[in-house]
Amino acid sequence: MAKKRIIQAINEALVEEMTRDERVILFGEDVEISLFGDTRGLSQRFGPSRIRNTPISETLITGMALGAAAAGHRVVAHMMFANFTYTGFDSIANQAAKLRYMTGGQARLPVTYVAAYGGGRSIAAHHSDTPYPLLMNLGGIRVAVPATPEDAKGLMKSCIRSDSPSFFLEAGGRGGEMGEVPDGDYVTPWGKAAVRCTGGDVTVVAIGSMVKLAMAAAEVLRNEHSIHVEVIDPRTLVPLDEDCILSSVEKTGRLVLVDESRDSCSAASHIAAIVADKAFGSLRAPIRRVTVPDVAMPYAPNLERLVMPSVERIVATIQQLKDSRP
Amino acid sequence: MKENPGDNRPSPAERLAIYERMLLIRRVEERLGADFKAGKLIAGVHLYSGQEAVGVGVCQHLRDADWIASNHRGHGHFLAKGGDVRAMMAEIHAKVTGVCKGMGGTMHVADLSKGILGANGIVGGGISLICGAAYSQSLQGDGGVSVAFFGDGASTQGVMSEALNLSALWKLPMIFICENNLFSEFSRSDTVVAGRIVDRAGAYGVPGVQVDGNDLDAVWAAASQAVQRARNGEGPSFIEAFTYRMSGHVEAETGFLQGAKYRSEEEVQSWVERDPIQRQRAQLLSTQQATLDQLTDIEARVLAQVEDAVQFAIDSPPPPPEQALQFMFA
Repeated sequence: MAKKRIIQAINEALVEEMTRDERVILFGEDVEISLFGDTRGLSQRFGPSRIRNTPISETLITGMALGAAAAGHRVVAHMMFANFTYTGFDSIANQAAKLRYMTGGQARLPVTYVAAYGGGRSIAAHHSDTPYPLLMNLGGIRVAVPATPEDAKGLMKSCIRSDSPSFFLEAGGRGGEMGEVPDGDYVTPWGKAAVRCTGGDVTVVAIGSMVKLAMAAAEVLRNEHSIHVEVIDPRTLVPLDEDCILSSVEKTGRLVLVDESRDSCSAASHIAAIVADKAFGSLRAPIRRVTVPDVAMPYAPNLERLVMPSVERIVATIQQLKDSRP
Repeated sequence: MKENPGDNRPSPAERLAIYERMLLIRRVEERLGADFKAGKLIAGVHLYSGQEAVGVGVCQHLRDADWIASNHRGHGHFLAKGGDVRAMMAEIHAKVTGVCKGMGGTMHVADLSKGILGANGIVGGGISLICGAAYSQSLQGDGGVSVAFFGDGASTQGVMSEALNLSALWKLPMIFICENNLFSEFSRSDTVVAGRIVDRAGAYGVPGVQVDGNDLDAVWAAASQAVQRARNGEGPSFIEAFTYRMSGHVEAETGFLQGAKYRSEEEVQSWVERDPIQRQRAQLLSTQQATLDQLTDIEARVLAQVEDAVQFAIDSPPPPPEQALQFMFA
């Protein structure tokens, strides 16, 4: 065990996977210099044939990744900011998500799309989106949203070793956060949520960088209001660990979802629907969602803080819920 | 498979194989067209009739390990690259014995074991896939080649320019085959495409040629050069092959166009007179590379093959219900 930054953990995963399997290649815009630091140093280490800057051509990059994978490589396509995947979305929605199904299981497509998502840095609406609801709706894409350095490393490895297209969404601007990373080779499994803290009063499912806020809120509630929150980090949204969420709700009877995507058809809405379907009898209060309203991410910091989920909003939502009686 | 790389014309034996392959595509498409009109198909089909010299003239230079990506008009490319006619017919009939087990159908026939990345329902959708396959091949360094078949309609998609730029820069073993059949779906391409399509290649330093796509020898020679160039690691090439779809955009169109016309009978007839298969047939006979008896035998063999494929498709079961939830993830 050693303390590492999230971005270091991702970098380590890439180095280890590229060392382990020479079929792993990585390309994307400015990956050689690396804006975020996740791919920094790789081109010196593995050479220009395995790490390559592409032109600014997202429509091409997303499809190229699939073609190179079909032809035998394991591909990491770095999309930089999640919003840029929209430019390349044709090959994600029409090819990546469907090729295996349409070919009756012939296509093996080990592709990892990497993108930084989320707001909070005043870089406005074209660099702050949280696109996993769209990806979840495609059906054929695995989606990993790590919250800790340990899972960032383990999930990157799981993505690269997956024979299905996957998205690795790293929280933009949070690469500097520290956490313990186990020594040696390990993978974080698909569809296995982590219970970040246990509690009997309210279940909070928080996604990606929202886990940190949920944990802070849990501490406030425990210390100041004697409310014991169970925080669940799904870690992967496709596949989703329904069992973990349902069994927690069966215990607590209350569910709050913290998700920094826009509210309509968010991951939070999807999980709320599952729980309403499958654990309705256990619920002692309405399911509440702490999300971003259906707006583009504003530039002004005061407005951005207002629309993003915050510790205060989570605390207030949970307090209201705890006070409500069935 | 081409016998002598570098030859500019097919050998007599190759020419007969080419003729048979072109004829197989034509008879398959004619049968599909007739079966659609008779209400025996479940969906409209985009027929390749009239364009056979392009698909066959190019794919004769390719090996199983080479990749092609095709478009919505993909039956011809599938058969030209060595796809199995029974498996394709069963796929079009939505049967579990289909090459994609009935999950893709007419617009998605694919056989990855034969280097066929698939037909594609998105115009221009195969270009980026092939660019990636070419990148993989260039890293593997085994002389593999990747070919994107697309039409004049796809030339206006941004991805074609993006792929020209990157493949030129990275010297990828990629070949762009633009089958210019003069129509982007139902719009005359001279109303939606500016300039000469082949000139896009030149702007990126990619060698490009225009050929008569209904002339097998012209396609053959241009493809031979492009494939050699790619195998030698010299980079991409672009071929604009002028041709014509003898059928419409899609067999269902007579229904939904409700009599609206987008081309004249005279124009269709003028291209029927340039039928690439009739041209091959005439050449085989006039140069005494084949006898009438030989060609009659080929015709009979092809018709039997088509009949067998259709019967196989009809006799095959549909996919089982549980298959609806399979194949999403590896």
